[in-house]
Amino acid sequence: MLGSDLTVILPEIILAVYAMLALIGAVYTIKDGAASMLVWITSALFLAVAVWIGLNGAGTNVAFNGMFVDDGFARFSKVVILVSAAAVLLMSEGYMARRGLLKFEYPLLIALAVVGMMMMVSAGDLMALYMGVELQSLSLYVVAALRRDSLKSTEAGLKYFVLGALSSGLLLYGASLVYGYSGTTLFSGIIQTASEGQVSLGLLFGLVFLISGLAFKVSAVPFHMWTPDVYEGSPTPVTAFFATAPKVAAMALFARVLHDAFGDAVRDWSQVIALLSVLSMFLGAIAAIGQRDIKRLMAFSSIAHMGYALMGLAAGTAFGVQAMLIYMAIYVTMNVGTFAFILSMSRDGQPVSNIGSLNMYSKREPGKALAMLVLLFSLAGVPPLVGFFGKLYVLRAAYEAGLAWLAIAGVIASVIGAFYYLRIVFYMYFGEERDDALDKGRSPILYGMLMASAIIMVAGVVNLFGIESVAAAAAATLVE
Amino acid sequence: MIGLEHYLTVAAVLFVIGIFGLFLNRKNVIILLMSIELMLLAVNINLVAFSSFLGDLVGQVFTLFVLTVAAAEAAIGLAILVCFFRNRGSIAVEDVNVMKG
Repeated sequence: MLGSDLTVILPEIILAVYAMLALIGAVYTIKDGAASMLVWITSALFLAVAVWIGLNGAGTNVAFNGMFVDDGFARFSKVVILVSAAAVLLMSEGYMARRGLLKFEYPLLIALAVVGMMMMVSAGDLMALYMGVELQSLSLYVVAALRRDSLKSTEAGLKYFVLGALSSGLLLYGASLVYGYSGTTLFSGIIQTASEGQVSLGLLFGLVFLISGLAFKVSAVPFHMWTPDVYEGSPTPVTAFFATAPKVAAMALFARVLHDAFGDAVRDWSQVIALLSVLSMFLGAIAAIGQRDIKRLMAFSSIAHMGYALMGLAAGTAFGVQAMLIYMAIYVTMNVGTFAFILSMSRDGQPVSNIGSLNMYSKREPGKALAMLVLLFSLAGVPPLVGFFGKLYVLRAAYEAGLAWLAIAGVIASVIGAFYYLRIVFYMYFGEERDDALDKGRSPILYGMLMASAIIMVAGVVNLFGIESVAAAAAATLVE
Repeated sequence: MIGLEHYLTVAAVLFVIGIFGLFLNRKNVIILLMSIELMLLAVNINLVAFSSFLGDLVGQVFTLFVLTVAAAEAAIGLAILVCFFRNRGSIAVEDVNVMKG
């Protein structure tokens, strides 16, 4: 019995054991001298595990009496998480090494956070959910404050910690109420007590607390206030990481809790999610307009994007989950490329994050400017780029579920949001000449990631690389 | 006779005090850490009360997990706070304001 359980969670065990052994190994030997090597090994391991999970997994495997569920939905999310984490790790190596930030703990903390995320997307029980969320969050608090001698970075870490702990508290209080009023912590048990129209008041309170806790993790309005400060204060590679893998994990966990535990009470939570979604889309679109710092701007951009992903969830159908998965995969690809560009922004070796510094960027580096233009258009959802199809899917899901008002609000918000993306394009192509030009970034990895991401945004319009059918199969395992 | 609802009330009151401690406190970041701890302990009271009421041990197992994680969380919070203090020279809540958000 135990043997078969361990086989199911083997990928997580391998990653966790690797992280702990490497931590001890590096502490007792060359410490930060091993950092560069560990970054490469960790990302290679991520990719290897992603390929292994993606190709080998079949069917639905349950371990530890239902606490851990390995199904198509979990595998899809895990592959997206692992690949994006590996990409961000590879991008951060050069940036951090140049600024003396590359500590050996960094790749290992990322590895532990990824183990937590894999636990989250596979959770089949409130305890597994909590442990996964905490493993991920505790690692992320530390990496946010990675630059220990910088006031901004430690302040970002402190703010993230306090608000993250508050959200864990809300989540946990919700979990305790759900346990009390359903008599079990297993999602498969909760769903039997939470059927349509029969949800007791205590259970409903628990559900609302759970949703608020999770909304913190995906930075949905009104639980978004940590996002801009943490994005601005953290070192840029860490910001890139925050914007990608943890968002996928939190969104997948959201879907799993709502459908696995409360799937028979869709009408009880659908309105709450729709409200979170519409608030996030509008606040993300409007608050970003005044931003001058590109990292803060990306924070509001990610808030808006989470609103769209939540729109897929609000539909409460299998197609909605499929749309959410496609949207998150596209979102992560776009963000990896955009952050590859932001990471390459520097002047005299110092990182720059001011949007004004991009004035007439196209004259100096037409190739990179063009790639960034494609990515920004895609982020804004301009047809015919891939980002447009992501939006189209969630809008369709909301419309087909009878939430036409939500779909219309989404279209309006995306028109408002297009303004600030296009303003960056305007600066790059039609801005004024300035003397303080940015350095010519010549990092092949960043250049490659930026170009690859931009090419995917254009080439993907043919068939989205077949992600549609894969996501449909994944969603079908979650929503019967 | 003390029943389940009494325990739940105590836990809810403690939880709300914790939340208010986070938002109304203008003094010291240490008090924020104490408020967080209070929230987690309120949850523990809830879990143990439900566990005893339902005659089901899972709630107490959950409590042990929560206690362990709370210890780890406090350790990390204090570590970040020490780093922040070294840079800022203060742990007053109103001094956590380099970035406006």
